Amino acid sequence: MTTILNKESSPIAIRGSWWLLMMLAAGLLFSLYGQVFDVYEIGIVIFAAVSLALLGQNWPGFRLHIAAVTGLSLIAIQLYGDSLASAESNFFLVYLLSSQSAIMWMSALYVMATVAYFIGLFARSSFIEKVGSAMTWAATTMGMVGLMVRWRESYLISHDVGHVPVSNLYEVFILFSVITALLYLFYERRFRTRALGGFVLLVISAAVGFLLWYAFDRGAADIQPLVPALQSYWMKIHVPANFVGYGAFAMAAMIGTAYLLTSWARDRQSQGVMATMMPDLVVMEDLMYKTIALGFAFFTVATVLGALWAAEAWGGYWSWDPKETWALIVWLNYAAWLHMRMMKGWHGRPMAWWAVIGLFVTLFAFLGVNMFLGGLHSYGEL
Amino acid sequence: MSDVNVPPKPRQSFGRRLFLLLGSMDLAITLLLVLAIASVIGTVLQQNQPYADYVIKFGPFWFDVFETAGLYDVYSALWFLLILTLLVVSTTVCVIRNAPNMIKDMWQLRTQIREKSLRVMHHNDQWSVALTPDKTVEQLRAGLSDAGFRVRQTEKQEGQLLSAMKGGLNRLGYLFTHIAIIVICVGGLLDSNLRIKFAEWQGDLKIETRDLASSDVPKESRLTVGNQAFRGSIQIPEGRVANVVFLPLKDGYLVQELPFTLKVADFRIEHYATGQPKSFETDLVLFDDTLPEPIKTTISVNHPLIHKGYAIYQSSFADGGSGLTLEAWPLDERAGAAPEKFEGKVFEKRQMTWGEKELRLELNSFRPFNINPDPTEDNPKNVRNFGPSFGFKLRSPTGEAREYVNYMVPVMREGRPFFLSGVRGSPAEEFGYLYLPVDRQGGMKAFNGYLQRLRDAETVEVVAKQMMLETLAQMSDTDSERLQESLQETLQTLVTMFIRGGFTEVGHFIETSLPEAQREKLGPAYLSMLREMLARIYFMDQDQTQPVTEAELLFLQDAADAIGSLTRYGSPVYLSLKNYDHVQASGLQIAKAPGKVTVYVGCTLLILGVFILFYLPQRRFWALIKQKDGESEIIFAGMSNRNPRDFDMLFDQMRTQLRQETGNSDSQ
Repeated sequence: MTTILNKESSPIAIRGSWWLLMMLAAGLLFSLYGQVFDVYEIGIVIFAAVSLALLGQNWPGFRLHIAAVTGLSLIAIQLYGDSLASAESNFFLVYLLSSQSAIMWMSALYVMATVAYFIGLFARSSFIEKVGSAMTWAATTMGMVGLMVRWRESYLISHDVGHVPVSNLYEVFILFSVITALLYLFYERRFRTRALGGFVLLVISAAVGFLLWYAFDRGAADIQPLVPALQSYWMKIHVPANFVGYGAFAMAAMIGTAYLLTSWARDRQSQGVMATMMPDLVVMEDLMYKTIALGFAFFTVATVLGALWAAEAWGGYWSWDPKETWALIVWLNYAAWLHMRMMKGWHGRPMAWWAVIGLFVTLFAFLGVNMFLGGLHSYGEL
Repeated sequence: MSDVNVPPKPRQSFGRRLFLLLGSMDLAITLLLVLAIASVIGTVLQQNQPYADYVIKFGPFWFDVFETAGLYDVYSALWFLLILTLLVVSTTVCVIRNAPNMIKDMWQLRTQIREKSLRVMHHNDQWSVALTPDKTVEQLRAGLSDAGFRVRQTEKQEGQLLSAMKGGLNRLGYLFTHIAIIVICVGGLLDSNLRIKFAEWQGDLKIETRDLASSDVPKESRLTVGNQAFRGSIQIPEGRVANVVFLPLKDGYLVQELPFTLKVADFRIEHYATGQPKSFETDLVLFDDTLPEPIKTTISVNHPLIHKGYAIYQSSFADGGSGLTLEAWPLDERAGAAPEKFEGKVFEKRQMTWGEKELRLELNSFRPFNINPDPTEDNPKNVRNFGPSFGFKLRSPTGEAREYVNYMVPVMREGRPFFLSGVRGSPAEEFGYLYLPVDRQGGMKAFNGYLQRLRDAETVEVVAKQMMLETLAQMSDTDSERLQESLQETLQTLVTMFIRGGFTEVGHFIETSLPEAQREKLGPAYLSMLREMLARIYFMDQDQTQPVTEAELLFLQDAADAIGSLTRYGSPVYLSLKNYDHVQASGLQIAKAPGKVTVYVGCTLLILGVFILFYLPQRRFWALIKQKDGESEIIFAGMSNRNPRDFDMLFDQMRTQLRQETGNSDSQ
């Protein structure tokens, strides 16, 4: 069984229109707000337009996702008007589009999608697996809408409170879920397999579980104003870049888990689902490598951005602060993994195990440091 | 770190073998992992803390062991630097070994390849077409070029060889990433404090451990202006200047001189509506003799001032020695005397002669406002501004100290205003609070007067006598002189006990000193007699014809509660803040990092390299065209150094396309 990669291009007319649409959107932003934009904002709009255009040009699902996020966010902003109080009176805001509601929808949908993927896998039903995909897309859309609307809500609280919602643990957990899901959906289409969906969504469901506990038990969902150290442009790019890294590493670990289960099942000559329905081991291995490489590239960028920011805020590009040091540890760990695979040709179970262990190292850098070690990055305390 | 395996040769020299070992993949991967594990130490053990804290934490034995291992500053410990150096050496050797091949590989089209090699490649195909070899070559060449490949044709014995390549720059990815590591480490080394540590080890520098003014620090602990890296900090009070920074090192510090003078004109904290800090800003004036005029600017977090490679950051703030106008109200036997007014400054220590007691007053802190959770609200997020406060310690001649924090403006509790003073015996404890009731004039007079009367033996005696007589008058058995005496004495003792320790003390007396049989009856009687005494003493100087108001009864109750807890308060004096002149100090961090540009160049190389390495695979195709029976036979092969699975597809796509273009559409 060979899996042929899906590198289907969309028809040229659609690709062209998509690019045009993105460029028009950027143009519209410039014509509306160009006068108040500073150089960073201009840069970010251009970067966003080009990235969205590139991602969407051959990916119909992504195009629909962006359209839905844009539409729903604009509706929510319209419904809010100038008053945060609308969140309690307007029907659509209360039940669907206020950031809290959207995030609850996201949470529910991700958990349901996980269940659907597993049922689809074990019942060998491609229809139910497709339902899983649809739910993942819906969850991701609601998560994105939640972030967008939360961004607006922060400005409605007060102009000086307003900030991009990537500033504390609650917000980055949403970001993590959404980014991991998008990465998965990209590879789901590329590799034409939904069998891995349940495994990847499992880590997202875990994040959702934490998110809900954090919101209900600790009241972390409230929008808090930024401490002075976080009032910087660097935050807007440092944090998302980091979470592409974290998301990719998490996905690699879950594929590693699926790899191990499948290879044991096939060793036993089992005729069960894990032996028969999962993709080829080489395919999973390839996917593991691709996600780790992607994560590593973005993690490198994020760490460098962090160093640039640190040089502006803390008086030095590197301070051996616990978070920085753990970022380095994560980086070294995956650097070693990549060398092992690319240069020493290691493959199979040891590398899958290593990817799984990598998740724990990453998790410690992401959460453990805040919980146990403190330091300069103590923005989200548990 | 190479694709190219160097076959081991027999009888290699030691140098050659060492070179190979240093450049080996195994060593490189080991070093990456060892470095990762070693880095953990410094995140688990808090770095660069005062040595005294470590001694307390680990005890003297382990303190010494850990200090020798350099664990208090792991990242500049010798062994850690050694690992880093080894990593740099290993990477360098690797680059030296591989760079020539890599660079060659970027351009060379491998035209030397033999037919045999093509046939054993993982990706190969063979087909025949009814075209002349020249025509075939032309077709294939066009096909490969259209796909973006660089193609070269060479004449071979067997026929014509087309060699094609795309993504040769992938090799740059290897070079960039590995050179980047070296560059970043070298840049980091330039900015490390290695030079200072070396000078200290040599004995040229001496770490200062005493608490001295910067100008008093001796020469052997000072670093003169130069181009070396450093990172230090200083607190400058508003309106004051400084031209040095302190570099913390081991259990002390060094003084780094600056080529300019900084003046803090003003320091500001702005707040959000919810009370959280919004910004920390300092108005700075920088005087540099080489400038036509001083630089005036405002710095804040994330917005440093950079002058001649010196970066000046807003990093903290503190009190800069605020002026405090204080009134000392006596709480002991001197109660009733007019309060003593005096001026003090935060961080000032002064001797206070209080009656016969010698106390040392240490003024430690001042806060212009205190935004704290409101204790009258259930939700801890509802905060309230409790106004200015100042903190101080009172130290007895034996050295024991209690710590206090007093609030300037009255705090409301159950609708009544109180002066609030917190006290604790050690920093590990929570503050306990004393609530002194505020009188109708908004001051301490009423409380102070009441306290004075309660402490005055004569007053108490007079009141006790009167109460005794009135009490006995209602009873039939009034002739016993002994009863009179004993009752009066009891009343007086109750008040004295109350002064000594409040209701607790009286309760304790009832529990321990009264015979058990009488306790149940006498206990409540004693307490009500005490209450009566307290009230009589309170109201004694008031117009007895006026009815007693609710407010006065409450004041009496509050005052009695406060007096009852004075022993626990532990201070013979209440310091009331009347006025203040807030002076802040801005905490600046000043750094010089000559290696920064180098590090940034390294980072750029690293990012470029990583993306090239992962996303620009090097791909090669070869086509050998042989003439055979009037037809042309094509041997087609390809290889890729990355993403083999993606290449499977590309290879299929290429051969199908080329077969079609050369007019052969049989698929194999």
